[in-house]
Amino acid sequence: MMWWFIVSDALLFAGFLASYGFNRLASDVWPDRTQVFHMNFIVAMTFILISSSATMATAVAAASKRDRKVILRFLLLTLLGGICFLGMQAFEWTALIRQGARLDSNPWGAPAFSAFFFMITGFHGTHVLIGVIILAVVFNMARKEKCTAEGVELAGLYWHFVDLVWVFIFGSFYLL
Amino acid sequence: MILSQELHEHHEPAGFLRKYIFSTDHKVIGIQYLLTAMFMALVAAFLAILIRIQQAWPETAVVAPETYLSLVTMHGTLMVFFVISLALVSAFGNFLIPLQIGARDMAYPFLNMLSYWVIVPACLLMIASFFVEGGAAAAGWTAYPPLSALKEAVPGSGLGQTLWLLGMALFIASFTMGGLNFLTTILNLRTKGMSMMRLPLVVWTFLISTILGLLSFPALTAAAIMLLLDRHAGTSFFMPAGIVIGEKVLSHGGGTPLLFQHLFWFLGHPEVYVLVLPAVGIAFEVIAAFARRPPFGYRISVYALLVIAFLSMIVWGHHMFTSGMNPYVGEYFSTATVLITVPFAVLGLNLIASLWRGRLRLQTPMLFGLGIISAIGTGGLGGLYLGTAASDIYFHETYFVVGHFHFMIGTVTFFAIFAGIYYWFPKMFGRRMSERLGMIHFWLTIIPMFSAFILMHVQGIGGNLRRTYDPSSYAFNEPVRFMHVWITVLTFVLSAGQILFLVNFFWSLLFGRKAEDNPWEATTLEWSVSSPAPHGNWGAELPVVESGAYSYDPSSSDKDFLLQAPSWKTSQ
Repeated sequence: MMWWFIVSDALLFAGFLASYGFNRLASDVWPDRTQVFHMNFIVAMTFILISSSATMATAVAAASKRDRKVILRFLLLTLLGGICFLGMQAFEWTALIRQGARLDSNPWGAPAFSAFFFMITGFHGTHVLIGVIILAVVFNMARKEKCTAEGVELAGLYWHFVDLVWVFIFGSFYLL
Repeated sequence: MILSQELHEHHEPAGFLRKYIFSTDHKVIGIQYLLTAMFMALVAAFLAILIRIQQAWPETAVVAPETYLSLVTMHGTLMVFFVISLALVSAFGNFLIPLQIGARDMAYPFLNMLSYWVIVPACLLMIASFFVEGGAAAAGWTAYPPLSALKEAVPGSGLGQTLWLLGMALFIASFTMGGLNFLTTILNLRTKGMSMMRLPLVVWTFLISTILGLLSFPALTAAAIMLLLDRHAGTSFFMPAGIVIGEKVLSHGGGTPLLFQHLFWFLGHPEVYVLVLPAVGIAFEVIAAFARRPPFGYRISVYALLVIAFLSMIVWGHHMFTSGMNPYVGEYFSTATVLITVPFAVLGLNLIASLWRGRLRLQTPMLFGLGIISAIGTGGLGGLYLGTAASDIYFHETYFVVGHFHFMIGTVTFFAIFAGIYYWFPKMFGRRMSERLGMIHFWLTIIPMFSAFILMHVQGIGGNLRRTYDPSSYAFNEPVRFMHVWITVLTFVLSAGQILFLVNFFWSLLFGRKAEDNPWEATTLEWSVSSPAPHGNWGAELPVVESGAYSYDPSSSDKDFLLQAPSWKTSQ
């Protein structure tokens, strides 16, 4: 069921990203990404999120061996990575909004640019937030030894999915 | 999950509220869906009658022009999403899947209950939208922007459209929950011996439609979210620059309404198959039981269903031939669309071949089953003309389209709903419906439906535009305009037939003859249990399936069928 939910959710992001591509190809002008984003900061964000996937994988592996100490340690690391990412995204959003970016306009031209940017990263950020809440619940359950290996694995599946979506968002907004 | 189900099974809920209202029993939920769909069908049919009166006698002006747009919009929305989806997929899916695969309940009974109780507020929102300022949504059931995106566009674009979007959001949430549940149940909870290739075909169609639904609904979700942002947050995803309303140029710019059309039809076309495939599945069940022989080509039918599912995801562009697309793209969409007729013809021919050398029993479910075949064939012919870009450009804005889709997602699906109700009524309520009233209902349904929709095809060829409030305002409508009166009279005959059906349904529910366990002498698992099916379905021991879904022997005249789990009853 988790797999099918992920496929369905992935198609939601596919719909957004396809719309973004459709709009971007159809418009004559598009802002130069290097003038809008601070690439070093974004790369750091991406690195943190991808690393949190690695720590999550370690936690899942530990869960199948029922190694409680390792599970807790790596779940905590993943949790921190997620919170870090959210904080950095909030920082990035604040900076852009201070420069005048809004849903209906932005200082770099092509109003659709900021609309798509806020909508898609906002949706992804919400997914990360939900992931962080799920991880916190799993962490708490694991602490009381009420969590099954399958539960950790499912949380991990969702977390990897959220990271994978970020890779596509990173590619289509920050690299292209 | 398994554990909670076992507990659940031994403790049948006692209170009225837990047993009939907030029940987690898949059969009760299925019946709740069915009754909800029937109620929504009455609302949607009432809208249809108003539309027909307006078309037949425009000089009476029974509704105002802006109300007419709301009527058309809401009739489409309610029928597609809140009647046919609910009755065919949610109601029959919930009722049949666990019974036919030998499970005690759905994989996630609570989620199942939740999916129903999310639909209820969605229905209420849709109905409430008629009574808000400006009236219900008026942008068509496809909700095309900019009509749906600008609050100032038409009266219905205000609060009515917002409520429409909220209702659809709840519907999608409910359908996703239900779909995940169907999928998990079919894949994981089949009883011993029930391999995939022994599943009744109707379960296959539920499986494929829910997969289609899960893959296509996210596109509409994405479109709806962007539409909401356009309406309430000032974005311009779907709005080009230079829209003028009331001599005022709007500040929107940079978007395109075409994007919405692509996203909508990426959902919209598979949605048609979400509705039609279970109808075909029900036809297979009914025809096998009443022709007393296994359906022709089980395996080929399953493959055809899979091919249809795949092709239906890549043909959405044929709804947009008139949007000015590149002719090469149109060529591709035409080819892919016409390609779908191949697996669909396989299904249709398999249905017809299933009758060959059978010993037909022409009871009510069978009549509607035969009606399904006939409607697929007749309606499908019109599809060829609409799927081809060259002819579609002429037909697109005419009644030809109206006639065609009312054949496919009106007649085919409604016949399937009726066939299903007549066929499974004994298992749902433990009583039999009246055969005589059923027969009259059948003839009062098939004759007006076929005549009205064929007349609409003729009007379309004559050039009668759809979406017109007053057909007499265009001189070129005049040669075929008199048919509107005929169609409206046929609508009244049809309505009379449906009243008969409702009388039959509720009368039989209360006073019908008590049903045996297997009144139709069918083979699938649900006919092993008593009628109505008990809570937990299978008592102490799950059935063990020993054969395919359709063990009929047309050559024997004595006992010509074998239940899928023949030893289950005796072990109880």
